[in-house]
Amino acid sequence: MHSFEFSTPTSVSEAVAMLAEQGANARILAGGTDLLIGMRAGRLQPGLVVDAKGIPELLEYQLGSDGLRLGAAVTCRTLYDDPGVVEGYPALIEAVSIIGGIPTQGRATVGGNLCNAAPSGDTIPALIALGAVATLIGPDGPRQLPVEAICLAPGRTALAANELLLSIHIPAPVANSGACYQRFIPRNEMDIAVASVGSSVVLSADGGTFESARIALGSVGPTPIFAQAAGALLAGQPVSDASLQQAADAAEAAATPINDMRGTIEQRKQLINVLTRRTLREAVSRAQA
Amino acid sequence: MNAPESGGKVKTEFTVLGTTPMRQDGMEKVTGAARFGDDIHLPGMLHGKLLRSPHAHARIKSIDTRKAAAMKGVRAVITGADMPTLNAGIIAAGEGGEVNMQDIADNCMARDRVFYDGHVLAAVAADNPHIAEAACGLIEVEYELLEPVLNVHDAIKAGAPVLHEEYTPGAFLFPTQKALPNAGRLFLEHGDVDGALAACDFVVEREFSTKAVHQGYIEPHVTTAEWTSEETLTIHTSTQGAFAIRDFLASFMNMPLSKIKVIPMEIGGGFGGKDVVYIDSVAAVLARKSGRPVKIFMSRSEVLRGTGPSPETFIRVKMGCNKAGQLQAADIYLLYEAGAYPGGPIAPGTLCSLTRYNVPNVRLDGYDVFLNKPKMKPYRAPGATQSNFAAESTLADLAEKAGIDPIEMRLINALKPGDMMPMGFPCPPLGSIEMLNAIKTHPHYTAPLEGENRGRGIAYGFWFGAGLASSAEIRANSDGTVNLTTGSADLSGTRNTLGMQAAEQLGIDPALITTNVGDTDSVGYTFQSVGSRTTFATGIAVISACKKLIGEMARRAAMVWEVDAAEVVYAEGMFRLKGDADKRMTFGELCAKADHTGGPLLADASEFPEGVGFQIAANIVDVEVDPETGKVDILRFTALQDVGKAVHPDYVEGQMQGGSVQGIGWALNEEYVFDDQGRLSNPTLLDYRMPTALDVPNIDCTILETPNPGHPFGVRGVGEVPIVPPPAAIRDAIKNAVGIHLCELPMKPAVVLKAIRDQQGNS
Ligand SMILES: Cc1cc2nc3c(=O)[nH]c(=O)nc-3n(C[C@H](O)[C@H](O)[C@H](O)COP(=O)(O)OP(=O)(O)OC[C@H]3O[C@@H](n4cnc5c(N)ncnc54)[C@H](O)[C@@H]3O)c2cc1C
Repeated sequence: MHSFEFSTPTSVSEAVAMLAEQGANARILAGGTDLLIGMRAGRLQPGLVVDAKGIPELLEYQLGSDGLRLGAAVTCRTLYDDPGVVEGYPALIEAVSIIGGIPTQGRATVGGNLCNAAPSGDTIPALIALGAVATLIGPDGPRQLPVEAICLAPGRTALAANELLLSIHIPAPVANSGACYQRFIPRNEMDIAVASVGSSVVLSADGGTFESARIALGSVGPTPIFAQAAGALLAGQPVSDASLQQAADAAEAAATPINDMRGTIEQRKQLINVLTRRTLREAVSRAQA
Repeated sequence: MNAPESGGKVKTEFTVLGTTPMRQDGMEKVTGAARFGDDIHLPGMLHGKLLRSPHAHARIKSIDTRKAAAMKGVRAVITGADMPTLNAGIIAAGEGGEVNMQDIADNCMARDRVFYDGHVLAAVAADNPHIAEAACGLIEVEYELLEPVLNVHDAIKAGAPVLHEEYTPGAFLFPTQKALPNAGRLFLEHGDVDGALAACDFVVEREFSTKAVHQGYIEPHVTTAEWTSEETLTIHTSTQGAFAIRDFLASFMNMPLSKIKVIPMEIGGGFGGKDVVYIDSVAAVLARKSGRPVKIFMSRSEVLRGTGPSPETFIRVKMGCNKAGQLQAADIYLLYEAGAYPGGPIAPGTLCSLTRYNVPNVRLDGYDVFLNKPKMKPYRAPGATQSNFAAESTLADLAEKAGIDPIEMRLINALKPGDMMPMGFPCPPLGSIEMLNAIKTHPHYTAPLEGENRGRGIAYGFWFGAGLASSAEIRANSDGTVNLTTGSADLSGTRNTLGMQAAEQLGIDPALITTNVGDTDSVGYTFQSVGSRTTFATGIAVISACKKLIGEMARRAAMVWEVDAAEVVYAEGMFRLKGDADKRMTFGELCAKADHTGGPLLADASEFPEGVGFQIAANIVDVEVDPETGKVDILRFTALQDVGKAVHPDYVEGQMQGGSVQGIGWALNEEYVFDDQGRLSNPTLLDYRMPTALDVPNIDCTILETPNPGHPFGVRGVGEVPIVPPPAAIRDAIKNAVGIHLCELPMKPAVVLKAIRDQQGNS
């Protein structure tokens, strides 16, 4: 590994000042479960590594009536250890509890997963489906972006070189809503998604009709994909196998996968179709419960 | 291969064998006290790193090491030019074959050409690994790229780029003959195969392909070389055989065997992948040049790129039977990758394809194909899993076509004791019929299997195993405890299984015996821990040493009693004088008298047993297939095996379970993926998918014991055969679940999904 400077700021403003000075030469370290691996492989060679885990604001999360506000350095494990989060945000829990194994989950953060901007990042489709909004902060103060606007290309985000991710806000679930995240991997754990889907739905009071739906796809394009049209076409439709299949076909059409050693185009498209159906069905049954 | 010896009388009543004492090295392993290769830290020790070729096939036009050598903290830089030229390049390998030692040396460090992605061509020793790695990056290499040969079909085509203008054909287990520019061949035929096939009532022909798979040991290769004087070299390393490492090094360095001491450290797995030199000679040359000890530790990706997996294969099987299900003929054509140099596992692959059935007319045509991939290495029953998958699957489809129950089909054709084997001698005692009947009545096999997309499969497998040289030395201490030292690396609890055999033979408590793995200076020559041979062959050496020790102790007792030694008998830990009930001494009491009866008590023995009992195993497996994704889940898995005598039944189950898990990985997801330039695309454990704990159910074990007359206690090899049947059994279960006849490994989701869709498209 190359040699580099390491700093441990204790406030957001201190961290922002470091980024302002060092720009692209600096990298935030949250859990390090992507960053250190990239550095060891020589893919990333930052001159300055800025530790986020000494900044209290980034380590906090609030679960309230307006939703869940996650500091950027909150770990996966913190979330699934909180019964309130488990109860209110099952789709998020489905994502954070499959990232690596238990040791990885104790370090890895949702913020890091998002900022790493991998097409396969497991929390991202779940966050998009849940309508999450990210707050970024730079020398000019904070700004907000919906999560679907964060990832621009593999490993590239909408964050400016002098910005960091401060927090992620997930709105509180409304009545008659439900969400689900599923990925397909060849094994049963410790793997990278061949394809994944996050779905959320809001149903009519009687549970028979879709009022709205959001569907997001992973590992089938250069970034996680917000399959907006697939979700939108469900609005006003009855809950039925046919409507689910229509949405699944639309999601499949929104997928732009490639062939690589982890999966073929044909297989990934099929998987998106299957997973869209399965996650919608589960989201519906959660909404109806 | 020699016929197994008929052997003497086999013991069948035991006091120690069959019990499960605590593992001697267990506490050290779980507390972290055990010392592995990377725990060696010698004064002044440097760290070595290797520069590996990014090209699958290239001529090295020039290597400029000046910048690397000038870097602060770098102590030595070497290339192929620094490696000694071998005095004896080609040595005899038994059975009339030869081994080209220069090939093995060149595989450690290329000279003028690199033959695969990851082939080492230079190395640096520096004050720390980071400097050594950075210095490797400063070595400038000019390559002339050559067209790579990347699959067996291309390699054997006329006009394919030739890897070696001259070559010594491979001789792993059995020699091959020079046949093609890029392939050696093993051809065996008897009977009229084409005529018999034409006359069959049912014939099935299938083409199979399998991918290269790695042994996947946890501990990467690590070694430390130290010159203790100008001409004496000491090596601490992780190996399956210290003597083999010593012998290779002596050959590579042109040194006398007596001047090299190899100290085997605790080993984190090998499975056939750690029986040869990769980095020891490089460390030795770096150490010589720098004047300091040098340690080299491979990364995981170096292990995957630079060491030898089990080969990718193509196998075509044509098999026929009559209406009664009796096999009439089989025609098998096998292309096995040898990798960069001759000598892959084609011979055992070819010979094990059918050896468990009686087939009157057979043609076996196997090729050891050279191409631009790592030199293929043994992996647990080398080559047998691939050909078993092909032949066993064809047999299953033939039974289906003939409308015969799959177990009946195997019973009708099973090789039984006394039947003539393809190697030309009769089959020794082997519980083949018992095992096939045990499947039939097994509660797993008779349990109903309910649910959609679920299927049950079976398969049956065979493996030879090995005898070869082993030595043991045993000392009885004055307090009645015993130290036993053998030359066998302990990969799987063999210190216990050897100590237990000594305890059985000596008639004492196994807790009194401490068993050690000796270094090459401390015990007689012992072949590697390979071929499931340690408990079997080294066990025979241990028993012989124990007999000698008891003989000596009887002589000492006779001295004490002032009688003829022939008057002393020994049983159950007690020396007695025939006909005098008062004259008795325990083993321990006599040990205490050693100083007064002629000095320390010790004995040693070396053996080269031939009575390898052969190994058979079978699986019953239930799977569920997700027809929408192609994913296969293993619901239930039973392994059956004939182990001769289970010395320590827990370890036997460990071998059966471990081999089954590796077989499951091979069946479902493990594979080497190369790009179109021959670069390994998945040299990480993320993309080289071994099964995780959630991917395998508990493996239930059924141990059968048909004593092997070639061992005094009936022991036969255990370690290898469990990996042989799983892919064929899982393929059979998938077929029974969703009706597809898969012919490739791994049966990963994309493959299964495509086959399901093709089948839906066709129907
Ligand atoms: C064994 C293993 C298994 C894994 N399995 C999975 C898996 O199943 N699914 C999955 O999605 N991922 C997986 N990962 C990848 C990784 O664990 C996740 O992406 C994780 O969420 C990253 O979080 P982190 O806190 O460790 O990020 P880090 O490595 O600390 O950071 C990741 C990137 O984001 C940047 N960054 C982090 N925080 C901020 C911030 N506040 N502002 C700006 N930039 C920031 C960093 O500079 C870096 O570029 C696995 C990793 C390992 C080692």
